[in-house]
Amino acid sequence: MNIKPTSAPPEIEVVDLCKNFAAVRALDHVSAKFRAGRVHALLGENGAGKSTLVKCLMGYHRADAGQIVVDGHRRVMLHPRDAHGLGLGMVYQHFTLVPQMTVAENFLLGRERLPVMIDWGSEHAALDAFMARMPFRLDPRRLVATLAAGEKQKLEILKQLYLNRRFIVLDEPTSVLTPSEADEVLGEMRRLADARQLTVVFITHKLREVVGFAQDVSILRAGKLVAQTEVAAASEASLARMMFDLPASAERPDRSSRAASQATAPYLELAGIHAVGDRGAPAVIGASLSVRPGEIVGIAGVSGNGQKELVQILAGQRVRQAGSVRVGGQVFHGTRHELERWGVSVLIEEPLANAAVASMSVMENLALRQFDQPPLAIAGFVLKRRALWPFAQALISRYAIRAGSPAAPLETLSGGNVQRTVLARELARAVRLLIMQNPCFGLDVAAAGEIRRQIMRVRNDGAAVLLISEDLDEVLELSDRVLVMAGGRISYQTDRAAADRYEIGRHMTQGMARLSA
Amino acid sequence: MTGTFDLGWWGVLLAVVAGAIRVSTPYLLVSLGETLTEKSGRVNLGLEGTLVLGAMSAFATCYLSGSPWLGMLAAGVAGSALGLLHAAICNLPRVNDIAVGIALFIFGIGLAFFLGKPFIEPRAAMLPALPLGNWSDNPAIRSAFAISPMFFVGIALAITLEWGLKNTRWGLILRIAGESADAARAIGLSVNRIRTLATMAGGFLSGLGGGFLSLYYPGNWNEGLSSGQGLMAIALVIFARWSPLRCLYASLLFGGTSAIGPAVQTVGISEGYYLFYAAPYVLTLGLLIYSSSPTRTLAGAPSELSISR
Repeated sequence: MNIKPTSAPPEIEVVDLCKNFAAVRALDHVSAKFRAGRVHALLGENGAGKSTLVKCLMGYHRADAGQIVVDGHRRVMLHPRDAHGLGLGMVYQHFTLVPQMTVAENFLLGRERLPVMIDWGSEHAALDAFMARMPFRLDPRRLVATLAAGEKQKLEILKQLYLNRRFIVLDEPTSVLTPSEADEVLGEMRRLADARQLTVVFITHKLREVVGFAQDVSILRAGKLVAQTEVAAASEASLARMMFDLPASAERPDRSSRAASQATAPYLELAGIHAVGDRGAPAVIGASLSVRPGEIVGIAGVSGNGQKELVQILAGQRVRQAGSVRVGGQVFHGTRHELERWGVSVLIEEPLANAAVASMSVMENLALRQFDQPPLAIAGFVLKRRALWPFAQALISRYAIRAGSPAAPLETLSGGNVQRTVLARELARAVRLLIMQNPCFGLDVAAAGEIRRQIMRVRNDGAAVLLISEDLDEVLELSDRVLVMAGGRISYQTDRAAADRYEIGRHMTQGMARLSA
Repeated sequence: MTGTFDLGWWGVLLAVVAGAIRVSTPYLLVSLGETLTEKSGRVNLGLEGTLVLGAMSAFATCYLSGSPWLGMLAAGVAGSALGLLHAAICNLPRVNDIAVGIALFIFGIGLAFFLGKPFIEPRAAMLPALPLGNWSDNPAIRSAFAISPMFFVGIALAITLEWGLKNTRWGLILRIAGESADAARAIGLSVNRIRTLATMAGGFLSGLGGGFLSLYYPGNWNEGLSSGQGLMAIALVIFARWSPLRCLYASLLFGGTSAIGPAVQTVGISEGYYLFYAAPYVLTLGLLIYSSSPTRTLAGAPSELSISR
């Protein structure tokens, strides 16, 4: 490392920090201490105030009240530059890399002042020398778009080290990583901290990572610091209790024992599917799979390995180059008529952008599948707007959608309520095949649990369910069979009973990075 | 072109080459300007208007002052003023750059016609040419090799921009704004400011292209001066896939195609030659069809452009 090993990394203390957003109290008199040369976990549910706290530290938000003390000196952070000047750096959950530029160019971008003319010869020499001292290495000449998610995460961390930041905040660093990648990244951060070269703060809601890698932990709930303790003095169970404020008996969806019989014919069959991505490169390469009635088949995989394109083919949003899709034994094209006839429901990721009309009202969105059928229309032509209201009301109360009014535009709803709205729409008719992609992405624990119970109910009622998710825990929790998609191929398959997290993770990383957005 | 007849079919080739150099210069200047603007993440469709306003400003300034170089400066300044207007409107939230571009396209042409009425009749001093053909006695060769210095300025610019986008601070900053506005903001850059400067620089170059039209070739000011060169130059940027050096090649190709019609006419072909006048437009259409695809986004397109999202 190119830092003086004698000087200690920064130590930061926040005292009585408060921050309001309009009427929401995001931080409520939070006091915490991040000791030098230690790994600190910041634990809490979505909306607990973790991100707000670190953004105040980094100068992105200005705290309404309270103090930030860096190495014993009170500091005011008005701008990220102020934090950078003190050696504080942050790695965001959503990468801030520029995909169409090389690794070397991305390194340069963070500099306070770029040279007027860039001497690539000496820059590359300096980068190579820097990489040689680093725990993980990347080729500076590669285009960032060709890096796998784990490599991008490493690049973000390397960038901070390259810029001599010695207090590093990681915002949910492992959300896009496989278990072994996550272990590697967090393990290296811990090693650098133990060598007293870094102070590390990472935001997470995975207890496994806190217990495995952190030395101190702070738990936030609804904007308040509920505990700060050494990890050695806590257990997973006690941390969960403090995080959720409830007895840690997790509400698991009931899996009915009526397993799908091996003899049943598959309801959904994909054979040899090939497709290209938006930039014309192959995205799905010879994918074949089948789903029987009454089973959940989960496809695990790191984002960008062809899952998006596969779902788009099933939803009728993308043309396949080769291969066949059969539903109920018949060739399936994804037309409206076929979706109706075979009871196919699709919940594609980010529904507000991909599967709903943001500016239309909640009730219109709820009726998108059935607006021209009785009781909502006469003779498939004249719409009965009066029938829409009770139809929507029934779904809204059944799925506990929180909307100001059924007539409110869908885009005014929170992410969880948009997700519930589209789910309600898709489950409003008899479902025999349910296809879901990242159904719980960005939802809090309670909302995610509710949606998972609905998925399990559909499966228990005898429908075939295909679940494509980047959240390995979700796949493992729900699936009867687990498939892995990597590099556009279905590369691994296992039964629920034999599923091993690390074996699956190993297959998730193979064949990656050959494909990119 | 009196000597063309002596050289026979070689004369046609010579005329096409000479025409390519002459006609390509405004294409080159406008497409380099548009490349700069689009690299910053914005499309300025108004460059046809900028071109015409530049032509008018150059001609009027030259006529009034007697200096063609002052005229070129005026053309550039008028172009960057339109660029500034485009950028200022697009900097407002929820404004679509394509729509603003079309509005400024019409505005620029209208303004040029309105202000340019008194300058349609008179003659003004022209930009000088470099007499690179003096070694020959043949008048056709001498006229073909009288090349405008603006052509060399264009070549120098293309090479400088190609190099500068990769190897200078400004080049890198411009590309960050065009590839990821979020990344640019995260490192403390003002995306709007970068795009404003890039659009003004693009407007300046397009204005110069207009000045070339009225002060060198064809070398007068009238309302039919630009027959869509500004629009075709934008198509050319897509064909060149946002590379300044490829803009140079593409401009020469377009210039050469435009020169086929007049050149064929000079060797005495009197039937059907007018079809060749349509060649650049057919080429534009053909290239756009060739370079687009229903299943993929354009390779090399800056990610922040509204057409690639």
